[in-house]
Amino acid sequence: MAANPMTQFEVYRIGPEIKVGAFDISFTNASLFMVISSLAILIIFNLGSKKNSILPNKIQLLAELSYSFVSKMISDTAGSKAKPYFSFIFSLFMFVLFCNMFGMIPYTFTVTSHIIVTFMLAAFIFIGVTVIGFIKHGFGYLKLFVPSGVPIVLLPLIVVIEIISYLSRPISLSVRLFANMMAGHTMMKVFGGFVVSLGIVGGWLPLSFSVALTGLEILVAFLQAYVFAILTCIYLNDALNLHH
Amino acid sequence: MFKKIFLYSLIANFFFTKKIFAAESGGMPQLNPEFWISQIFWLVLTFGVLYIVLSKLILPKISANLELRKSQIQENIEAAEKQRESSEAKLKEFDGIILKSKIEAKNIFKDAREKVIKNINSKKETLDKQIDDEIKKAEVEIDTLRQSAPEKINKIAVVTSNEILKKLIGAEVNNSSISAIVDDLVKKNGDKYYGH
Repeated sequence: MAANPMTQFEVYRIGPEIKVGAFDISFTNASLFMVISSLAILIIFNLGSKKNSILPNKIQLLAELSYSFVSKMISDTAGSKAKPYFSFIFSLFMFVLFCNMFGMIPYTFTVTSHIIVTFMLAAFIFIGVTVIGFIKHGFGYLKLFVPSGVPIVLLPLIVVIEIISYLSRPISLSVRLFANMMAGHTMMKVFGGFVVSLGIVGGWLPLSFSVALTGLEILVAFLQAYVFAILTCIYLNDALNLHH
Repeated sequence: MFKKIFLYSLIANFFFTKKIFAAESGGMPQLNPEFWISQIFWLVLTFGVLYIVLSKLILPKISANLELRKSQIQENIEAAEKQRESSEAKLKEFDGIILKSKIEAKNIFKDAREKVIKNINSKKETLDKQIDDEIKKAEVEIDTLRQSAPEKINKIAVVTSNEILKKLIGAEVNNSSISAIVDDLVKKNGDKYYGH
């Protein structure tokens, strides 16, 4: 019985097993949806940037609105110094958004519901931001852990707390996205299972719940992509403009 | 009643599904490291390709499109501004021309009026002079006539008196004595007769 709400997260091989040394890099359903998401982004934005008319058509408007949306988000949170990282944050936002949204189609696989994927993204962001911080400020970047205006008695405690919160950034960033996607999809699956088991008599209530949840999950899919991108911007802001 | 059945069935269903979880679940598939390397590899590959294509090819194009549109709109606004300014200048020019021609027309009208007035005045003057001359001439004539009139009348009076006397008396009366009487009468009542 496919009522187990966790089976939707199972990764399975598509096609032959590919091994490089000891590593298994077979093409899986997760890989398939990564490829589909990337291709969808590339196709949409390629179409949206192909020709430039003064009065943009729908797809061009979509591309340009997303461009200015992300651009505004970055300049609002990280200032003008973050301009060189625009492409990365744009790709990140679009990738997470499209993976989340493709996951909302029934019988698809949600790439971002896997902790390893979100953790890799978050770890990359964490390492990148830390490297940028040290390049920009040298060892002065460590001042990030020493907030100004704190009594000296409290300072050792504050520094420890700051370091722990800084180191937990990749974990919180990745777990937030992963847990949101997993919880939402599990819940939808559970309610879907209720619809089947309660049948024509009692299935209407969980069905209406399912409908409402679908709307909520689409909102969450967008919101989590936005949160992921904006937190990246905030971390980048810490590295670029040292406030402490 | 229906509600109660529904609620019970819901709860029962929940337990039922929970039992299924316990039976089938091998934990979260996310924590199964079997495909971690594969997922990391494909993530790096797809996201890398996505990032490179977006940052090298597509985003610069969108940015250029946006810039181009911005500058085009700006240009259009500037061109419109220029045209507006030039049209305003032309309007001013036209206003000036109209004002000038109005003044000119006024001047021409004034000149013409003055000329006409002068003409009329000069003509009037000459006419007046002519009339004056004529009047003077007529007056002179009248004067001469008036001055000669009493003599003639006197003569006529003398002649008629002579004739009347001849008829009445039948004798010739000396003209000179009659004229003396007439002269005497004229002297006495001349004012009455001639209106002087």
